[in-house]
Amino acid sequence: MSAHSHADGKLPHEPEKATLEGRNKVLGFWLFLGGETVLFGTLFSAFLALRHQVGEGNPTGQELFQLPLVALATFLLLTSSLTSVFAIQAMHRQQTKQLISWLVITVLLGLGFLILEIYEFYHYVHEGHGFTTSAFSSSFYTLVGFHGAHVLFGICWISLLIGQLMKKGLTVITAPKVYVSAMYWHFIDVVWVFIFTVVYLMGKVG
Amino acid sequence: MTIKNRHSVFDCRRIFFLIGGLEAILIRIQLWKPLNNFVSADMFNELLTMHGTTMIFLAAMPLLFALMNAIIPLQIGARDVAFPFLNSLGFWTFLFGGLLLNVSWFTGGAPDAGWTSYVPLAGTTYSGDHGVDYYVIGLQIAGIGTLLGGINFMATIINMRAPGMSFMRMPMFTWTVFITSALILFAFPALTVGLAALMFDRLFDANFFNPANGGNTILWEHIFWIFGHPEVYILILPAFGIISEVVCTFSRKRLFGYSSMVFATMLIGFLGFMVWAHHMFTTGLGPVANALFSIATMLIAVPTGIKIFNWIFTMWGGSIRFTTASLFAIGFIPTFVMGGVTGVMLAAAPADFQYHDSYFVVAHFHYVIVGGLIMGIFAGLHYWWPKMFGRMLNETIGKITFVTFFIGFHMTFFVQHFLGLLGMPRRIWTYLDGLGFNGLNLISTIGAILMGIGTVAFLINIVITAAKPRNAADDPWEDGRTLEWAISSPAPEYNFAQTPLVRGYDALWKEKMDGNKGMTPAEPLGSIHMPSPSILPFIMSVGLFIAGFGFMYHNYYIGAAGLIIMFACMVIRSVKDDHGFHIEPDELQGKGVKA
Repeated sequence: MSAHSHADGKLPHEPEKATLEGRNKVLGFWLFLGGETVLFGTLFSAFLALRHQVGEGNPTGQELFQLPLVALATFLLLTSSLTSVFAIQAMHRQQTKQLISWLVITVLLGLGFLILEIYEFYHYVHEGHGFTTSAFSSSFYTLVGFHGAHVLFGICWISLLIGQLMKKGLTVITAPKVYVSAMYWHFIDVVWVFIFTVVYLMGKVG
Repeated sequence: MTIKNRHSVFDCRRIFFLIGGLEAILIRIQLWKPLNNFVSADMFNELLTMHGTTMIFLAAMPLLFALMNAIIPLQIGARDVAFPFLNSLGFWTFLFGGLLLNVSWFTGGAPDAGWTSYVPLAGTTYSGDHGVDYYVIGLQIAGIGTLLGGINFMATIINMRAPGMSFMRMPMFTWTVFITSALILFAFPALTVGLAALMFDRLFDANFFNPANGGNTILWEHIFWIFGHPEVYILILPAFGIISEVVCTFSRKRLFGYSSMVFATMLIGFLGFMVWAHHMFTTGLGPVANALFSIATMLIAVPTGIKIFNWIFTMWGGSIRFTTASLFAIGFIPTFVMGGVTGVMLAAAPADFQYHDSYFVVAHFHYVIVGGLIMGIFAGLHYWWPKMFGRMLNETIGKITFVTFFIGFHMTFFVQHFLGLLGMPRRIWTYLDGLGFNGLNLISTIGAILMGIGTVAFLINIVITAAKPRNAADDPWEDGRTLEWAISSPAPEYNFAQTPLVRGYDALWKEKMDGNKGMTPAEPLGSIHMPSPSILPFIMSVGLFIAGFGFMYHNYYIGAAGLIIMFACMVIRSVKDDHGFHIEPDELQGKGVKA
């Protein structure tokens, strides 16, 4: 139970699963991601049902979307997923410093993505593609916006964890937190892959 | 707010049940004679909407959750649920969501677009006031609680079972709760999206369901029912579990066909996701879709039939005791079969064009929800009351509850089948004389009052019992089969002083049959780690409550303030480590070294 073996400076091999609390957290988070899958699945369904309802005179996805910008955003987010893998590997090697550095890089990449997305939305609104313009625009902003909000939440969350790691170090209490935040980060990455395909690529094809 | 007071939270759920029941009685009083003017037409719409919404989301589910919370850790030999903090958070979000919904009565009109809240009726064009806003935001907040509960029970059942408690040794109630939690997990996020979309439409002029700007009203029906149909199985499966426990305890027999029961539960859960469009036969999806959903729906009768026969075979040859819990369980079986039969009738798409939106549908779903779920909850409450509160409910009053409720129920809803076949539409405020509806409606109203009397009898029973000493035995029914009956009544806050070793299905019964006094402990007596109670879940829910109001009335500062309160609590929860406290072995002395 209380495997706080931090006293002798050594952590168990997989510190995130060393305690029952940790194992519960990881399992519970997998379940939560199952629910999130349905959440995004429903958002995708709504978008797919409404994406051709552009309305008279409003810009279509084909006219709006600029693939280079979106591709750059995709590149940033996918890379951030890779750096979060490096972070977890560092955690398993119990190298707290490297763990923190990789998490910082992950957060910065996430921020870059978010800034590009905000710029993109700002640009669209100027092109006459507002939230209330059409059913297409409402479902577009809801789907992509939900994802963006998830990224924002992830950035705040991982930043908070970086602070905790600096203060408390890597323990059997902080390790599960880092681990599930990495799971979360991968999940929003996977969702983005689908958004890139369904919203942008399919939107460009028409 | 952890295990210590998990039983005292029971009360507000009963109050929501009473509010929903009161609304039902007002509906029935309005309908007792033709052209009655007891409530106005607008009020009637509010009553029927709030009756449905309250009963499903704020009464039935939370009552089930209360039972799950009290019983599941005991049945699997766990000290607590996996996430005590989330448990508490789920309770408070449910409570504040329910409060928000009911505040609408005092702020110029409750939601009035039906519990299904179909668009365009629920859109701003036809529901311009704030009623539906309360529905959308109240359910959103309460829904968070349900989702957290589902995750919590799944993690608890997977990770926290006592040594030897393999999946195929779990009591039937635990199994049904496990499947129900999976359904919650995969059904509720769809509702979350639906409610969010409707909220965006109503508050921020989005166009999801606004045909003028390309929106699609059928989309709401799909999203609502892809949540809504699993929801009815979320409700009924735990009732199946309760009935399974009660039937075998009071038949003094092992559950007949345990593994087929488990399989049938899984099958019902799976098929529950495949049939949502049977609520939409008259929407016009076309003959192919209707045929497929029709057949899928009828398939559900197979696993349900397996369950019915298994209960009957469990009773067959058993020495049955007719306690109140047992009576509710035995009354459940034929009642639920009747609801199932009308379900198959409704599943026939061509015939459904006749039944649709008539009182036949009302009769059907009240047979499965009241006759199934509520009877199951009554059985479960009478059965587990001594384990939860340490006091036996009065059996005589219990039997009065059963007789009045059972007769009242059938009086209310049996005649509604015929009202429906005669052509009385559902959700109608009043009707003309001379249509042949008068007599049947009168009978129905009398039945509803009888059900009300039954419920009042149950409340009296609770009050009388609360005044009695806590003297319930560990195994008050003497034939307890599962782990919860191995420990004292009420269960201590740590549940098991020593985690029990489970040696077979019906763990306690097996020890009894082997001549043992109780469970064999699986661990030495040691100090028990307990989580500290926390006020944060309460504050978080208050934050959501405030945010809900802020957004509803377009006061975004207040809305943002509410959200900031919630996120601040999340930060505090993350940063502050909960070291909990320990109960030392010498404090456990005299409380039974037995597991």
